[in-house]
Amino acid sequence: MAAGPKEWTGAERFNRIGTGPNILLNVLFFLLALSCLVPVLVVLSTSLSSEASIRESGYHLIPTAFSGDAYHYISKQGSMILRALAVSLIVTVSGTAIGIVLTATMGYALSRDQYKLKGLLTWIVFIPMVFNGGLVSSYYINANFLGLKNTLWALILPLAVSSFNVIICKTFFKSTIPDGLIESAEIDGAGQFRIFFSIVMPISLPLIATIGLFLCFGYWNDWFQSMLYIDDQKLYSLQALLNSLMSNVDALAKNASSMGVSYAALVATMPKESARMAVAIIIVVPVAFAYPFFQKYFISGLTVGAVKG
Amino acid sequence: MKTQTGRRRSGLRWRKLDTELTLLSLPTTVWYILFCFLPMFGIVIAFKDFKIYGGFLSNVWNSKWIGLKNFDFLFKSHDAWIVTRNTLGYNLLFIVLGIVVPVALAIAIGQLHSKRAAKVYQTMMFLPYFLSWVVVSAVVWAFLSFDKGIVNQLLVQMGKDPVNWYMEPAYWPYFLIFMNLWKGVGYGMVVYLATIAGIDGSYYEAAVIDGASKWQQVRYITLPLMKLVIVMMFILAVGRIFYSDFGLFFQVPRDSNSLYNVTTTIDVLVYKQLKTATVGMASASAFLQSALGCATILLANWIVRRTDPDSAMM
Repeated sequence: MAAGPKEWTGAERFNRIGTGPNILLNVLFFLLALSCLVPVLVVLSTSLSSEASIRESGYHLIPTAFSGDAYHYISKQGSMILRALAVSLIVTVSGTAIGIVLTATMGYALSRDQYKLKGLLTWIVFIPMVFNGGLVSSYYINANFLGLKNTLWALILPLAVSSFNVIICKTFFKSTIPDGLIESAEIDGAGQFRIFFSIVMPISLPLIATIGLFLCFGYWNDWFQSMLYIDDQKLYSLQALLNSLMSNVDALAKNASSMGVSYAALVATMPKESARMAVAIIIVVPVAFAYPFFQKYFISGLTVGAVKG
Repeated sequence: MKTQTGRRRSGLRWRKLDTELTLLSLPTTVWYILFCFLPMFGIVIAFKDFKIYGGFLSNVWNSKWIGLKNFDFLFKSHDAWIVTRNTLGYNLLFIVLGIVVPVALAIAIGQLHSKRAAKVYQTMMFLPYFLSWVVVSAVVWAFLSFDKGIVNQLLVQMGKDPVNWYMEPAYWPYFLIFMNLWKGVGYGMVVYLATIAGIDGSYYEAAVIDGASKWQQVRYITLPLMKLVIVMMFILAVGRIFYSDFGLFFQVPRDSNSLYNVTTTIDVLVYKQLKTATVGMASASAFLQSALGCATILLANWIVRRTDPDSAMM
């Protein structure tokens, strides 16, 4: 999938824009690219500023007084933050694994023309794309009926499957895996489970990687499920923690006060502003370093979506 | 011939293959029933006097039918008009800008002499797409905070008065539109760049030989060949016109009450009503959103099928 611009060939050289417009466009895109990067740099710079300098002169693109206090604080006393990091990691890893299995198994069943319930399952997958029960009804089903409130399952299960991914899987299996391959395995006596796990999945690794990446970024970046279902601070993910810190920066001290330091003393001395932005940086850094490498998988996923919805 | 006999034979009786595939897809089927279909039936609470305590099912079953009373309350409140106006208004702007800007930028970035620079710019512009709205909210706060924000620092340096941005509704439509573009433009560019990359270079060669200018090439080759994808993206967006990006409208304005009139959309209203336990109105709003959303998706698809059957979704 060559989504990026390709190299100029001989004939195309005659068709290039002039040097003037090229410089202008470069300036434009440089500024646009900068506008996407600078806001993140401001957050980074704040997390590296001393608390006193933030209190005095506010946020800056370049710290007026460098300080690693926030990160020092997190590594020493930030049990709450490390806990949230663990929750985020657990949810992301297990959610991605569960999501891949649920999506691919359904995609495979739908890709088999001989399967008798194919029609029924197609409707089961299709109807939610058009109609849904809405937030209120889903909330009560998940929180009261399924009892997911204040459990990690509330962060994992509701996001595991999307009909869109199931259909992408089905289309991929149908178009890339030769019928003969599956039929010959069946003639050799292999069951469907064996065929799925030892033939279909290994062949489809690029697709699995794409869907896995979408799920992975989705779980890592999710805060809405936490806001709905999680009241217990112990189950806060990084996103949920940052969310609560945005409205109340003192919340960071709550948990640490149990460790011998008094709450009031801690609120006064801890690097609140910078620690808050440090949480944002802990969220952003893995994403910012990962996505340039995985970009091509994303691009293939996005374009499959755009070309055949 | 082989497939025909296969189909005839498989049409007759339930085979081992069917059992195995059913077992294989069973967990996902259960997931769909629990997380998609149960809520669809739960939607009846919009027509009931639903109380939150106790078991869900027995409550739904036992609570009184009150007909359209919940809807009555909803429409008598001033909110219904404001949130509908906001949702539709912002979405219309987002749809237009969300097509025009990324298409223009995708075409422009392809003209840069240095392909490596183009790739770097594009990658950097993709970054905001990967940030969650909570992080974006922190980013916006760093700029707009009253006492510490960068924007107010600049205003003070220029000798102007600082502005309490989170209290001034007048600026927020522009902020929201900007943030939506900022976060989404990289995604849009990727989709349109892929389409442009798929265009056969010989079209342009022929055009150059005929003396076509850059503008003419864009106007008569690039845009017509991008039409299908643009229409698809347009229809998909129109189908979701009653839904808004909850994070943008809830997280970025930091739930500020002064901004209520310009930042509250249907999703935000439903969430707030849900959290303040005005379940009746919340379920009525959610029901209307689902019903209207369903209607627009079907309508959008019907229009696509009329104009271009191949790109219809159903």
